[in-house]
Amino acid sequence: MSDNEKKHDPDTKQQKIKAVSRMKEIMTNYYIEAKSAREQGRKVAWITSGGPVEPLIAMDVIPVYPENHGAMIGASKMGGQLCEKAEEMGYSRDLCSYARADIADAVYKQGPIGGLPEPDMLVCCNNICGTVLKWYETAARYFDVPLFILDTPFVHREFSQEAQNYVLSQIHEYVGFLEDCCGRKMDYVRMEEVGRFSVEGTRLWQEVLDTCAHKPAPMTAFDAFFHLALIVTLRGTQETVDYYKQLLDELKERIRRKIAMVPNEKYRLLWDNLPVWYRTRWLSDKFASHGAALVADTYTSAWSGMVPDMQGRSFLEAMAETYTKVYINISIDMMFDIVAGMIKKYDVDGVVMHSNRSCKPYSLGQYDLRRMIMDRLGVPTLIIEADMVDERSFSESQINTRIDAFMETLKA
Amino acid sequence: MITAGIDIGSITAKAALIKDGELAGTRLDFTGYNAPKAGRRVLDDLLEKTGIKKQEVDFIISTGYGRNSVDFADKSITEITCHGAGARFIDPGVCFVIDVGGQDSKVIKLSRDGKVVDFAMNDKCAAGTGRFLEVMARALESDLDEFGELSARADVPAAISSICTVFAESEVISLISKGESRENMIAGIHESVASRISAMAKRLGVTGPVMMTGGVAKNSGAVRALENKLGVSIRVSPHAQLTGAMGAALLAARMEQSA
Repeated sequence: MSDNEKKHDPDTKQQKIKAVSRMKEIMTNYYIEAKSAREQGRKVAWITSGGPVEPLIAMDVIPVYPENHGAMIGASKMGGQLCEKAEEMGYSRDLCSYARADIADAVYKQGPIGGLPEPDMLVCCNNICGTVLKWYETAARYFDVPLFILDTPFVHREFSQEAQNYVLSQIHEYVGFLEDCCGRKMDYVRMEEVGRFSVEGTRLWQEVLDTCAHKPAPMTAFDAFFHLALIVTLRGTQETVDYYKQLLDELKERIRRKIAMVPNEKYRLLWDNLPVWYRTRWLSDKFASHGAALVADTYTSAWSGMVPDMQGRSFLEAMAETYTKVYINISIDMMFDIVAGMIKKYDVDGVVMHSNRSCKPYSLGQYDLRRMIMDRLGVPTLIIEADMVDERSFSESQINTRIDAFMETLKA
Repeated sequence: MITAGIDIGSITAKAALIKDGELAGTRLDFTGYNAPKAGRRVLDDLLEKTGIKKQEVDFIISTGYGRNSVDFADKSITEITCHGAGARFIDPGVCFVIDVGGQDSKVIKLSRDGKVVDFAMNDKCAAGTGRFLEVMARALESDLDEFGELSARADVPAAISSICTVFAESEVISLISKGESRENMIAGIHESVASRISAMAKRLGVTGPVMMTGGVAKNSGAVRALENKLGVSIRVSPHAQLTGAMGAALLAARMEQSA
C-alpha cells in the first residue's frame, strides 16, 4: 500500500454539497424536456459548447449540447466503446473523442440516455475548434437539417473593429436563420431579457468559482466540473440564475463554517484543460491523498470569462466580442495573462496540465505555457497525458507516478 | 543506523542497504510476475549477503513501478526523487539525471541543493527504453552486453526512422535482409534511442553535470550516442540500475534521522 493511501481516511470525507441534488433534478428535467420536444411542438437545436445559446432561448428553441452529452458518456465510462464504434464506421482514432462518441451514439443510440433528441437545426461556432465544422456538417447530412456556422476569427492580440463587424454581421444572419427555421420573428425585448439572465448567471458562476480563493476551498475544480453543466446548457434562463444563487449561498455557508472539500488542505493546484471525465473520482482522491485541492481551472472559468462588457450596447452587439474572445480562441500570451491572474487570485502552489489527446486547440501550446509559468512565475507545472472521454488513452500507473513525483517536488 | 531501499522496476528488482552513511551492499534480481515477492526476495538475499539482520534495518523505502506493492516498506517514494537522490549520493556535483530503465526513460533536473525542480518521462510508448533495446537485440540475435562494443565499430550508422518499437523491429529485419552490417544497425538503434531521450532532456533544458543511471547506462554505445546528441559529456553512474534503490535507502536514512 502506498504511503499516500495509508494517510487517506475515507471517514474524514468531506460533507457533500447539498445543491447537487437540485442540479441533478434540473438536468434530468432538461433532458426529459428535450427528448419530448416534438410532443410539445417545440424545436431542438444542437449547438457547440462555445456557441451563442441566448438567441435560441429567446426563440424558445431547446438547445442540446453534444459536447455536454460527450462529457456524460465519458463520466459513464462508455467513451471507449462508443469511440470504437465510430472507428468501425471509419472515423480516425485521432479525431476528438466527443465527436467520435457522439457520432456513434447518434447512429447506434447506445449512450447513457439512449441517444440525444434529434435536431431540427444545427448551430456551430468555431471559437472552440475546427473539428466542430466537419462534425456538424456530418450531422447536417445525417439528419438532413439546416446548419448555421458562426465563424469567429482567432484573437492574436486584440479584438479589432473589423472582427467585431464581421462577427456581428453573422449574428444578425444567425437571427435570420432562426427566424426561418422557426417560422416566426425574433422578439428583441425577450432577447434582451435572456441576455440579462445570461449576464447574471455568468457573473454568479464566477462568484461560485471565486469562493475557492478562500482557504481552505469550500469546493474544488472537480465540483466545478459538475456544476458547470447549467452555465453551459441553460445560460440565459431564470432557472440557472436561481440555481447558482442557491449554490453560492451554500458555499458561503461552508466558508463560514470552515468546511473544506479537501480535509487538511495543504497544497492548492490549478487544473488546465478539460476534465478526464471517466477518472474524476480517481484523480480527486489521488490529489486529496496528498492534501492537494484543485482550487481553480481554466476550463470551467472559460464560461465565466463570457461576461460581456456591455458598454451600453445591446446584448447581441456585446455578444460578438464575448464569443470571439473565449479562452481557447486567444493567443498563448493572452492565455498566460489569464493563467497568471488565476495563480495569483487563488494563491496556487502548482499547475497540473492535462495534455488532452482529443482537444488539440486546448493542448497545443501547453509546453510553451508551462515554460512561461515556470520561468516567469516560478510555479511548478506538471503535464499528464490522457483524453477527456476515451479511457483507452489513460495509463493509470504512468499518471500515478507523475502525480506522486510532482507532489514530492512540491513538498520538498 | 541501517536503512534499505527497494526499487521494483518492470524488468529487475533492486535493493540497497546504507549503514551509517556508507553503502553496505546492493542486490539485483529479475522482477518476474510477482512484484511483492520480488521485493521480499531481493532484500532477504541482500541481508544474507551482508550479514545484516532484518530487525537491524531501521527504515525501508520502496520505489519504482512496483513501489506500492512492497507491503513491508515504511514509505514509498517515486523513482524520480530516488534517482535524483541516488545520483547526488554518488556524485554531489550532478545537476541533471537521465535514467533509462526497462519501460521508461526519464530526465530529472536538480537544484543546487539536490532537490528535484523539474522532470519529464516518456509516455504511452516504450521507444527509447531498455525494452526497446532488448527487442532489437533479439532481432539481431545479439547480446545486449556486446551492443556498446559492436556499435563502436560502425562506419555509417543505419537510419532507423520508425519510433515505434514494433515497426522499428521490422525495419531492422528488412535492413538485415539488405545486408546491412550488425555494427551499423546497432549504432543506428542507439541513435534512435538517443534522439528520443535528448528531445525530452532538451525540453527541460540540460544544465550542469549530467549523470546517466538505469540499466541502459551500462551500454556505452547508447551513452555515446546521447552525448553526441546533447553535446555534453555524461557521467555514468557506476551503479547504473541500482541508483534508484540507493537513493531510496539514502532518503530512508534522512527520514530516520529527522524522525
